[in-house]
Amino acid sequence: MIPILRTYLARLLPQLIALAAILIAISMTFPGFLNLEIQNGRLYGSLIDILNRGAPVVLLAIGMTVVIATKGIDLSVGAVMAICGAVAASFITSGHSLFETLLITIAVGILCGMWNGILVAVLDIQPIIATLVLMVAGRGIAQLVTEGAILTFNDPGLIFIGSGSFAGLPMPVVVWLVFGILVALLVRRSALGMLIEAIGVNRQASTLSGVLTPVLLIAAYMLSGLSAAIAGIIAAADIRGADANNAGLWLELDAILAVVVGGTSLLGGRFSIAASVLGAIIIQAINTGILLSGFPPEFNLIIKAAIIVFILVLQSPRFRAACAFLAIPRRAAKTTEQEAK
Amino acid sequence: MKQKYLPLTATILIFVLSYALCAAQYPNILSTRVIGNLLTDNAFLGIAAVGMTFVILSGGIDLSVGSVIAFTGVFLAVVLEHTSMHPLAAFALVLTITTLFGALMGVIIHYLEMPAFIVTLAGMFLARGMAFVLSIDSIPIKHPFYATLKGLYYKLPGGGRITLIGGLMLLVFAVGILVAHRTRFGTNVYALGGGTATAKLMGVPVASTTVKIYAFSGLLAGLSGIVFSLYTSAGYSLAAVGVELDAITAVVIGGTLLTGGSGFVAGTLVGLFIQGLIQTYITFDGSLSSWWTKILIGALLFAFILLQKGIIHLSRDARQRA
Repeated sequence: MIPILRTYLARLLPQLIALAAILIAISMTFPGFLNLEIQNGRLYGSLIDILNRGAPVVLLAIGMTVVIATKGIDLSVGAVMAICGAVAASFITSGHSLFETLLITIAVGILCGMWNGILVAVLDIQPIIATLVLMVAGRGIAQLVTEGAILTFNDPGLIFIGSGSFAGLPMPVVVWLVFGILVALLVRRSALGMLIEAIGVNRQASTLSGVLTPVLLIAAYMLSGLSAAIAGIIAAADIRGADANNAGLWLELDAILAVVVGGTSLLGGRFSIAASVLGAIIIQAINTGILLSGFPPEFNLIIKAAIIVFILVLQSPRFRAACAFLAIPRRAAKTTEQEAK
Repeated sequence: MKQKYLPLTATILIFVLSYALCAAQYPNILSTRVIGNLLTDNAFLGIAAVGMTFVILSGGIDLSVGSVIAFTGVFLAVVLEHTSMHPLAAFALVLTITTLFGALMGVIIHYLEMPAFIVTLAGMFLARGMAFVLSIDSIPIKHPFYATLKGLYYKLPGGGRITLIGGLMLLVFAVGILVAHRTRFGTNVYALGGGTATAKLMGVPVASTTVKIYAFSGLLAGLSGIVFSLYTSAGYSLAAVGVELDAITAVVIGGTLLTGGSGFVAGTLVGLFIQGLIQTYITFDGSLSSWWTKILIGALLFAFILLQKGIIHLSRDARQRA
C-alpha cells in the first residue's frame, strides 16, 4: 500500500506544490482564508467554497481527461451543459418527477457524447472539428429547448442538488467526489485505462493488436457527455434556472486547461484523473484567490494567463530537458518518476 | 479537373445554389444593397478569417483572434479619447502591438514545443485581460477622422454601397490569395501543414515560418479590430467574443482541412459568404429566431466535413486503383 501511495504522490507532486503555493499566497493577503467553521451541520469557509464553485469544471475535466487521453478533445462540453440544463429545467417545469428529469437529462448528455464519438470513431473526423459542430449548434439547440427565455423552476429536489449539503459537504462537492472516484476506479481497477492510453499513443497499432478502438472511443466521448450533463444539472440547479446563452460558456476551455495543468499531454497517452481534478481546483483557487486578494477584477484574466503560462512552461519538454541538463545526475529521483509513469 | 479543387468547387456550388434558392423566395436578396451590406457586416470576420486560414493551413490554430479584436478596439478608443494622437498613428501603433503579440505566441509554440491550442488559449486570456485593464466600459469613438472614413464608399448601380471596410476586406483576401500561392512564404506554410519533419527535411525554415504565420494572424486580427472599431464606432472589452470560432468555421466550410496542408484562401471567402447568407436569409424571413443561425451553421459545418471526407476517400480509392 505504501509504495503505491508513494508513486501516486510522486505523480501529483507538482500539482500539489502549485496548489499549496497558491493557497499560501492567498492566505498571506487574506488572513481568514484558511478558516473552516461548521454551521447548521455544514462546513463553511473559502476552501469549501473553492471546492463548491469548482464543481462544474472538475466534472468536465474528469470526462475531458479520458477524451484527451485518447488523443482527442471535446469542445462541445460547454454547449452540452447548456442543452442539459435546458432539458432538465423544461422537464421539471412540465411536471415530471425529479427521477425522470435526471434520467432524461443524463440520457441526453450521453447521446450528445455518442454523436461526437461516432463522428470521431466511425466517420474518422478530427476530434477538434467533430466536436466543433456540436459546440456551434449546441447553444442554438439549447435556446430552442428554452424557447429563448431563461427557464426558471422551484422544484426543491433539483435545487437541493445545487445548494443542499450532505455529510457536511455541499452537494456539488459530494457529486464530483463520487463521480471522480467511480471513474478513477473504473479506469484504474480494470484494463480500460491502459487500453485508452494505448489508443492515445497509437490508434492504428491498438486496433491491429485487437483493441476495440471504435467502441472505446465512443465510450470516452459518452463519458465526457455524461460529465457535461451532470455539470449542466448542477449549474442549472445552482441558479434555479436554465440559461441557454451563458450556462457553461467557455467552460470547455477551462476544462482543457485543467487537464493540461494536471499534466496530461494534449498528444494523448498517459493520463491521471486525480491530477486533472487537482488542475481544476488550482484554476478555481486562482479565480477565488484573485477575487479575495482585492486586486482590481480587471487584472483577473492577465494574472490567470500568467500563472497558466508559468505552469505550462515548467511542464514543457524543452524546459524539462534544459533542467535535466543543468541538474547533476539525479538518478534516484528519475527512477521514481519513471515508476510513476 | 484537379482533385485538389474539388472541395473549393463544392463550396462555391453550394453557395450559388443556396443563393439561388434564397433569391427565388426573396428576389430582393439579389439587390446590390444586400450584397454591399453583406460585405460591410462581415468585413471584420473576413479579415480575421484570412489570418486564420494561414494558421490552419500550417496545421495550427489561433484562439486569440476575438480577444485581440476587442483589445484593439479598446486600445484605439482609449488612445483617441485621452491623447491627441492621430487615428492613423494609433492604427500603426496598435498593429505593431498585435503583430508582436502574434509573433510572441509563435515563438513560444515553436521554441517551447507547446501545442498551439494551449498557447493561443493563454494568449486569448491575456489579450482579453489587457482589454479589461484598459477599460471595462464601452467607450464611444467620436474622432472626426472616423466619420470621414465611414463616409467613404463606392456606390454600386442599384443603390448598394461598397464601404471602405467592405472594400478593405476584399483587398485583404486578394493579398492573402497572392501570398498563399505566389510567394515563398505561402509555399512554406503549405509545406509546414504537410508535416513539420518533412518540411524540415525539404529545407523549410520551420522556426521563422511558424513565427511569421502567427505574427501575420496577429497583424490581421489587429486590422480586423480596427475595422470593427470603425464598424461600431466604439471600443468595448467584451466585444467580439467567439469570433475565432466563427473564423475557424468559415475556414472549414471553405474547404480547408484542419489537419493543414490543403485548402484555399479563396474558399474562406465563400465560407464567409455562406455564413452571411444564412444570417441574411433569417433576417429576411423574420419568423425564424436567431438561434436557427447557429443550428444551420452547425449542420452546414457537418455537411462540409462529410463532403471532404467523401472526397478524400474517393481519391484514395482512385489512387489505389491506379
